[in-house]
Amino acid sequence: MMPEKPFVVVAMSGGVDSSVAAALLAEQGYRVVGMMLRLWSEPGREDSNRCCTPDAMAQARKVAQAIGIPFYAVDVRERFYQAVVQSFLEGYRAGETPNPCVVCNRQIRWGALYEQARASGADFLATGHYARRSTDESGLARLHKGMDAGKDQSYVLSVLSQEQLRHSLFPVGEYPKAQVRELARKYKLPVAERPDSQDLCFLAGQDYREFLSQHAPEVLRPGVILSTEGKAIGEHRGLAFYTIGQRKGLGIASPRPLYVIGKDQAANVLYVGEESCLGGAELLAGEVNWLAGEPPGEVFDASVKIRYRAREVPARISICTDGRVRVQFKQPLRDITPGQRAVFYQGDVCLGGGKILASEGAV
Amino acid sequence: MKIYLDYAASTPVDERVLSKMLPYFTEQYGNPSSVHWYGQQAEAAVEQARSLVASLLNARADEVVFTSCGTESDNLALRGVAWAQRKRRGANHILISPVEHHAVLHTAQQLAEQGFEIEYLPVDESGMVDPDDVRSAIRPGTALVSAIYANNEIGTINPVGEIGKACREAGVPFHTDAVQAAAHLKMDVDADNVDLLSIGAHKFYGPKGVGALYVRQGTPIEAAQAGGKQENGLRAGTHNVPYIVGLAEAFRLAQSTLQERAQHHSALRDYLLGNVLENIPRARVTGHPSRRLPNHASFVFDNVDGNQLLMMLDIAGYACSSGSACKTGSPQPSEVLTAIGLARHWALGSLRVTTGRDSTPELIEQFSQVLAELIGRIRAASQ
Repeated sequence: MMPEKPFVVVAMSGGVDSSVAAALLAEQGYRVVGMMLRLWSEPGREDSNRCCTPDAMAQARKVAQAIGIPFYAVDVRERFYQAVVQSFLEGYRAGETPNPCVVCNRQIRWGALYEQARASGADFLATGHYARRSTDESGLARLHKGMDAGKDQSYVLSVLSQEQLRHSLFPVGEYPKAQVRELARKYKLPVAERPDSQDLCFLAGQDYREFLSQHAPEVLRPGVILSTEGKAIGEHRGLAFYTIGQRKGLGIASPRPLYVIGKDQAANVLYVGEESCLGGAELLAGEVNWLAGEPPGEVFDASVKIRYRAREVPARISICTDGRVRVQFKQPLRDITPGQRAVFYQGDVCLGGGKILASEGAV
Repeated sequence: MKIYLDYAASTPVDERVLSKMLPYFTEQYGNPSSVHWYGQQAEAAVEQARSLVASLLNARADEVVFTSCGTESDNLALRGVAWAQRKRRGANHILISPVEHHAVLHTAQQLAEQGFEIEYLPVDESGMVDPDDVRSAIRPGTALVSAIYANNEIGTINPVGEIGKACREAGVPFHTDAVQAAAHLKMDVDADNVDLLSIGAHKFYGPKGVGALYVRQGTPIEAAQAGGKQENGLRAGTHNVPYIVGLAEAFRLAQSTLQERAQHHSALRDYLLGNVLENIPRARVTGHPSRRLPNHASFVFDNVDGNQLLMMLDIAGYACSSGSACKTGSPQPSEVLTAIGLARHWALGSLRVTTGRDSTPELIEQFSQVLAELIGRIRAASQ
């Protein structure tokens, strides 16, 4: 008897990357099923949620028909609201700048969807992320950066467990973006080229501050702006409006440019200072995930990204006894932002990452 | 392996039906409204079909209107009678059951926007209408009563003859949506005291895209679609000759095999109903336990995502339904399940299994095993 084909569920969005991912897997001989997540949007704004508008859903369905695979919509609106939107609001309440996409990957894509795929008997969950995966002789799976350095998305995948990584596929990570577009044409996939957006999907075109003013008005309390000398030099409109390193929109007249250098959530104080006050040589990260299941050592060198679009910088990583990690940079960084994710690399291998809790050792 | 268990959604066209239809595509393609011989042949085919359908309903040929589907029949019945009743005697009140198909429910809701008053009859926990409730709800201004013959979602068969009697006594036209029922139950518009009755061919091994509405002679009704004079002026538009021929032949085959099919199906249905209740915890049968369509089994499972269940069943090779097709996976409990008093955490886990000519005891046994396993997996994953 022929061995059964490996069975893979592809998380589809109607966009080029996940559509090509599905077509590649079908061509490679997998049994492929498409699933599309229906995520939460503010009631009345569902048509603007760029991840899952009715148009995008129809688009993904057409792509699935073109490839000849079954397609299902998976409604996770309630779970998305509970897990992603609530933690986004909690982050701002705690004075952080949260990264909801990371939470979504952990709780929704490799949460609800991964569970449904596995419960349906799938061997793998595939997505259109630009990343690669390898497996060594011992069966350990590694996450690598995507072939296209400019498109690499391993940062947002640093939340996966070893078990999840072993059961995940990233077919387009092997190609540069331009070639993925060509493949879409070659497979005659009816994909619409949508502009990449940096906005959060559930804001559905709204400004995040507008969203916060409706869902967590308490984080938008005005308060005092203090200088490094402790002098009150202005009023802020609510700490959530500001992020570390921000220069514009402070509304303070000063002979030299001033930057946001810190926030005190409890006292509702915004600290500003000159550029030289900005930055830290160290950070502390918690809720750390190691893709291999454990860190490569107690103390080791790695390069670190402190935001999705940040440059990688060299650092020394030390594991604390409580599992948190201390990251000491060779050069101080200007915009270490609590709530964002620090992700660790050695070469093109992504080791894992954690949530930035605090920046220390300001210069 | 793909197993189809959604015959209430649609059925394959019977080969005998198809072969009756084919000549009317390529050979006898005339327009029945034309003067010439081509037209006369086509007209003869339509009128022959009409007589056949009428005899199967125990009606007169001029009481049968061909439409494009069951939904159109429902639209014409509700809208046509409501408009005529308002015009003739100022009647503004429409009584429907709360477990109607959307074809009736949404037409009634649209009529409400045009000033009609829609009142929902009470139903019991099986979705059944009590004829006495109809009797007491009818008032002088009642324009129309509509109650589904057999429910698409939960299979319950209404006491249509008794409801019709209550309407007849009050002189109010009575419409019933028999789209599901006509495939499995003897249709007799006189015995059932029915004034208007909707059917659609694809539920009984006929083609999609053709239906019929029975309209008792003398029933006040206006055309819902204007144009030519076809169908007594009630349904303008060139006759869909091959499909009308197909509907009549499929209806004949269905109505002449009711008994043996009912025996075959009800045995499978009862096996499945019993097996599920016995082997799956926190499962309930929806609809009436015995007064239900012979091929129709429907369930709810506590704390199971019905859309996930359908998806997993399909991946495992079994095509079923939740009762009302919804591809966007919207987690809104159906109006029908809400109307029969099910709480949300039950109503969201609905499943409809409807058997057909290719369903065998072995398949149903396999299916019930897979169903139990998948529900176990879904519940384990959501712990």
